[in-house]
Amino acid sequence: MITVEEFAARARTWLAENMPPADPATADFFLTATQRPEAEELARVATCRELQRRLFDGGFAGLCVPVEYGGQGLTPAHQAAFNREIRGYDYPAEIQASTFIPCLAVLLEFGTSEQKLRHIPAMLRGEEIWVQLLSEPGGGSDAAGAVTTATRDGDRWVLNGSKIWTTSAWYGDWALCLARTNWDAGKHAGLTVFSLPVGAPGVDTHRIELVNGSREFCQEFLTDVVVPDHDRVGDVDAGWGVVTRWLYHERTISGGSPYVTGSGNRPNDGPYEPRVMIETARRLGTIDDSHTRDLIGEGQVLALVTRALVESVTRKMAAGALPHHAAAMCRLFSGTATSRRAAIATELCGGTGVVWAPGEEVSAQVARGYLVRQAACIGGGTTEMARNVISERLLGMPREARADTGPFRDVPRGP
Amino acid sequence: MFTQTADQDLLGNTTAQYLAATYPPARVRELARQDETFDGTLWKQGAEFGWTTPLVPEHAGGGSVSGNGLADLLAVAFQFGRHAAPGPLIGTNVVAAALGRWGSARLHGGPLAELLDGGATAAWGHSPRTGRRAGAQVRAERSGDRFVLDGTVPCVERGGPNGYLLVAAGPDSADGDGAEAGAGSRSHFLVPLDAPGVETAPLDGIDLTRRYQAVTLRAVTVPTAARVGEPGTADEHDAALLDIGAVLQAGEIVGATHRAFELTLRWAEDRYSFGRPLGSYQEIKHRLADLRTQLEASAAVTERAARLVGTGRADARTWASTAKAYVGRVGPEAIQDCVQLHGGIGVTYEHDLHLYLRRALVDAQLFGTPAYFTERLVRLVEAAVDDGGRAS
Repeated sequence: MITVEEFAARARTWLAENMPPADPATADFFLTATQRPEAEELARVATCRELQRRLFDGGFAGLCVPVEYGGQGLTPAHQAAFNREIRGYDYPAEIQASTFIPCLAVLLEFGTSEQKLRHIPAMLRGEEIWVQLLSEPGGGSDAAGAVTTATRDGDRWVLNGSKIWTTSAWYGDWALCLARTNWDAGKHAGLTVFSLPVGAPGVDTHRIELVNGSREFCQEFLTDVVVPDHDRVGDVDAGWGVVTRWLYHERTISGGSPYVTGSGNRPNDGPYEPRVMIETARRLGTIDDSHTRDLIGEGQVLALVTRALVESVTRKMAAGALPHHAAAMCRLFSGTATSRRAAIATELCGGTGVVWAPGEEVSAQVARGYLVRQAACIGGGTTEMARNVISERLLGMPREARADTGPFRDVPRGP
Repeated sequence: MFTQTADQDLLGNTTAQYLAATYPPARVRELARQDETFDGTLWKQGAEFGWTTPLVPEHAGGGSVSGNGLADLLAVAFQFGRHAAPGPLIGTNVVAAALGRWGSARLHGGPLAELLDGGATAAWGHSPRTGRRAGAQVRAERSGDRFVLDGTVPCVERGGPNGYLLVAAGPDSADGDGAEAGAGSRSHFLVPLDAPGVETAPLDGIDLTRRYQAVTLRAVTVPTAARVGEPGTADEHDAALLDIGAVLQAGEIVGATHRAFELTLRWAEDRYSFGRPLGSYQEIKHRLADLRTQLEASAAVTERAARLVGTGRADARTWASTAKAYVGRVGPEAIQDCVQLHGGIGVTYEHDLHLYLRRALVDAQLFGTPAYFTERLVRLVEAAVDDGGRAS
């Protein structure tokens, strides 16, 4: 196998010759991103597909994916080296979450060899963007409480129900979908995972508008959607085992997944970058104010500690020094740190964080980020759920008392 | 808590066993009633384990078990925090690092050898300026082939009876803020604490086993050989030593927090209230999850800082500052939360929690507060922003 150093050197040369520099306009931090017109968004999606294809052709897609499925069969250390080298370049950041984690990771673990051969190379070539049909309007964090139902009909299944908080579903190609296949079994024992095209007949996708103007999330209504049995992922009624790993891979978006290219989801921290905060404070004439300096320092301390924590926990999990549930610490810390950094940036801006002259983009970003700030502690599993995982799984504290035992049909549900 | 080599594990484990046997909490409470807590025999034993050598190059008589002496020493500092142990670990190592790096074998080989074998200890007379309150102010005047030192060092750790003080002094006594202020007229001097004119006055404080003192130098005459490093380099060197000190203090705080968390987790299992274990309440579980995460984050940033400072990397100062700024703020607060989770027993002298709270707070506040290191980080960021601006 190529050494990490040789690989990094090869990547450096290849990136310089093949990848465009990062475009700050497409590198918004997720809280503060501007919602662009739909045509622009779709153009960016096309660019992502094209960049992914370039990575694939250059031998830099799916570094930790086995060669037989179109990957490179290398190690997490190679991926980490590549993530360092790709800084400053544009890359398909928007399709890392969902397509590669958790969807590719789940298919690798649970897919049949036919499913893997059919989809994973297509994902790595940028041809298939995958989304997660997991959360439901009545479910929140309780993914196992899914009431979307799949009914068997010979060698096919018929799905009915609704899914929500689906990133990228309005332009995505394929989806993993969790559905209830047995209402008489216990809550976790009657679930099955399916794969299906997002554009399948009977799937009606609506975009949801968030308080920051983002229309990235969707809700889907599934009406008599037909899925052939060979698109089922994992065994019938064994879906919770799949979802456990699905959720694990989803949490690794905070860092440390061997399937993610780039350092986290986005290449920069937008208005929370220390450079931007210092420039803002200089512009406002507050840079010498000790309170301002303490805020800037606190924000940067949180950013750097997040980085150190994610790197360290990732390394410890890989070495077996920490169980994989330790990833919940990264999720908790990065969520609360991001939330605090949004508050810091807002306080630094003072009045210009809430009222600003037309065109003052930093102010607008900071304001949007503040409004939607708690998304950092909600999306991808709330910080409360992360605290449950840490206390119960990592520290071995008593599990919460359950009110959802017995046949799922009889478990109390809200109206 | 840290990712270590087998040799570093051995150093840490040996230290842990030794400190657990020599300084159990009952012994720490006994020492609390004594003016003198330093035990030369026990310190020498520690030196044999390798407590004093890691920051000194092999050719000067030291040696690291991993190639990164600061990372080695982090394993020791962690255990000192876990046991709230006495012993001038940080001062002695910081001064040994200075002698090993900038001293001359001919002029400073003697004192350095004493520090390495545990026969002597050392104090570092540096404390960053906080607000208008000055740090050390010492004036050095040349007098023939000697220097005469006058001034005060407000707070150093008291080590053994055979001790040295490393202090910056110059023609003007104003304390610079290290290399950051662009000073450069001061030099480092190594002063035996038993030299004529050196007066020490004990200070009171909250640590049960570490003792501190103020030092006054009144016309203390030292040979030119007492100067360590090139003339005018003290402020730059103090800044580098501050990185080392910050990492070691953070390491002790992580150790103290680790111990307090361990006690609290056991308490949450054993303690029942309203017919349930304390740890079955979600509020308590979530608090412990937060504490566990803060502990992991503290260890991670400290380890990273040790890795970079110990190998002389360019961004080492950024990470050392971040480590002390974060761990110094979070550690004592985390231990206070452990006290809260214990309830009334947590504020009694009988319970051990305060041993670790004391140590964590002393490390957080001395040699630069978390606020000081936060400001230091902001200055580094500003410098990087301005450099970037010029480059582009």
